[in-house]
Amino acid sequence: MKSGGSLSIWFFIGLSLAVNGAVIVGRGVYELVSPPAQEVVLYNLHANLWWGAVLLFLGLFFCLRFSPARERARMGGNS
Amino acid sequence: MNPALLLLNTPTLVHLSPVDLVIIVFYFALVLAIGLYLKEQANTGEDFFMAGREMTAWVAGLAFLSANLGSLELMGWAGNSYKYGILAAHWYWIGAIPAMLFLALVMMPFYHICKTHSVPGYLKLRFGPGAQALSSVSFAFMTVLMSGINMYAMAVVMRVVLGWDINVSIWISSVTVMIYVALGGLRSAIFNEVLQFFLIWAGALLIPILGLVEAGGWDGLKAKILQNLTDQHVANPGAYTHAWSTLGSFTDNPMGINWVGIVFGLGAVISMGYWTTDFLVVQRVLSAKDLRSAKLAPIIGAAFKMLVPFIVILPGLLGLALLRDPHTGNLLRLVPADLAWSKAGQAQGLHGFDEVLPLMLARYCGPGLLGLGITALIAGFMSGMAGNVSAFTTVWTYDIYGALINKNASDDSKVRMGRWCTVVGVGISIGTAYLVMNAHSIMDYVQELFSFFIAPLFGTVILGMLWKRATKAGGFWGLLAGTLSSVGMWAWVKVNPEAVKYVALSSQAQDQAQNMFRALWCWLICVIVTVVVSLMTKPKPDSELADLVYGLTPIPHEAKVSVFHRPVFWAIIVGAVFIILQIIFW
Repeated sequence: MKSGGSLSIWFFIGLSLAVNGAVIVGRGVYELVSPPAQEVVLYNLHANLWWGAVLLFLGLFFCLRFSPARERARMGGNS
Repeated sequence: MNPALLLLNTPTLVHLSPVDLVIIVFYFALVLAIGLYLKEQANTGEDFFMAGREMTAWVAGLAFLSANLGSLELMGWAGNSYKYGILAAHWYWIGAIPAMLFLALVMMPFYHICKTHSVPGYLKLRFGPGAQALSSVSFAFMTVLMSGINMYAMAVVMRVVLGWDINVSIWISSVTVMIYVALGGLRSAIFNEVLQFFLIWAGALLIPILGLVEAGGWDGLKAKILQNLTDQHVANPGAYTHAWSTLGSFTDNPMGINWVGIVFGLGAVISMGYWTTDFLVVQRVLSAKDLRSAKLAPIIGAAFKMLVPFIVILPGLLGLALLRDPHTGNLLRLVPADLAWSKAGQAQGLHGFDEVLPLMLARYCGPGLLGLGITALIAGFMSGMAGNVSAFTTVWTYDIYGALINKNASDDSKVRMGRWCTVVGVGISIGTAYLVMNAHSIMDYVQELFSFFIAPLFGTVILGMLWKRATKAGGFWGLLAGTLSSVGMWAWVKVNPEAVKYVALSSQAQDQAQNMFRALWCWLICVIVTVVVSLMTKPKPDSELADLVYGLTPIPHEAKVSVFHRPVFWAIIVGAVFIILQIIFW
């Protein structure tokens, strides 16, 4: 789905997931170095690291797959 | 005492760190950026109100689902699953899937081919301006009221969970929605709803995953719930983890309902009414680019709707099994909101049913993940509000302003009216939120009022689509009789609570059962009155019903499309998975 311009809705979604994923992974790494005073339940599973990584990779996939350059090329090919 | 005032002195459930705030602020910036980006593509009526009718099946389908996935829906039904057990999942399964598939395969062709802008618009084409006016005025009025009530309830939740000021929550979230909908119209609302759909899953999915790890899987969860409820001497503890086997009698399950109410009241009437005629959700699929996309969109929505219990119902059940007082280590027993928010409840540190999702979020999610979870709740609220506002704007502009006030309005003036209407709609919603803050009981009444219109509207629309003999007078009087009978039954039970044994067929029936049976009766009354009046009045000639009624509407064949691209194939797959889920959780 495109907007009429060169930015697809999927690009926005990728951007959102990638930024959130990067922030959460960053926090996870920080907690490895400096564990929090109050741990959440199942802290030992380090959910912020692997869940953040999943979001980051998914977001990057969407950003690359639906990047403005690729969308412009696709729209040019269709016209 | 006013709960908003009482909550000013209560401790909050969670505390956000700077990293959480970064995630929340980024979300607000992104949705506003999307609205600004799409402003240039909302210049005509078709662009602003129907998103140019160029959405793909995936985008329309996810927006169709997301418009319904408000944060109150998420927290309210998580609370209901804590209260009623897995019976709450019926609102996501039989209370949604058959209706969504019915919309896709049976009703979408008529909505799509007649090119209507709205459900009241279809009623005008089929039954004339009387039915359109009745339907559009009631829808517009109730939509903005509901939007305000949701806004207030969301602000209260933000106060309880985060300690945020109620005024700040109301103004920031509603003004953000107003800006991006006024700028980009339905396209902007849909884009943001799809984004919000992903954020809701990203923020909420971790709770059931970690919860099942902690509980020892589904079997461990069931065993813990059984043990906990038995220890607390709760009646029928096994009923909390079985969806159907306890529905033989009103007294065998915590919801006080039987299978007739669930199957016929919820599955055949209420859900059909909501998912096929409530313009809030139907508008999303009307924006699809072609008929095949319009039919596939509700099927895609249904596939994901079946999975929503994983992030809504399961956290409620996990709360039943795992939540403990952090100080004493004893089982934490959640209570009704009125009790939790009373002076006594606050003094004892009680929590309401609806707080189960934030409690589980705080249990597993540290900084970062917590911000994402809170963003999911905010996103849910905003997608629901954007749905209400964009639907209100369209119905007001086309079915009230364009049909009753200025019949010669140009396309440009309609777009201008749409932008202003967005501002006014949000303004009325904010006003309603403050009204509810000062008169809390209005909330319960308006939520019940909304249900009065849905069931009879489904009766009118479905007869209009499937029975060409239905007449203009039949449609109008059937809709009016169904609506009035619903209001009448509700008032009867309010005045005389013993009347529940007539309305819901049992004096043991509880609130949910009453709603189901009331919907069933008023739908039947609507259908009977429509049929009787239609048979007594002169029908329209067939030529005037082309593209509106079954048998008179040429529906394109799909013979040239591969089986994997046919909506009916995917509807069968979704239907089969739905049946398997019912058997697994029987």
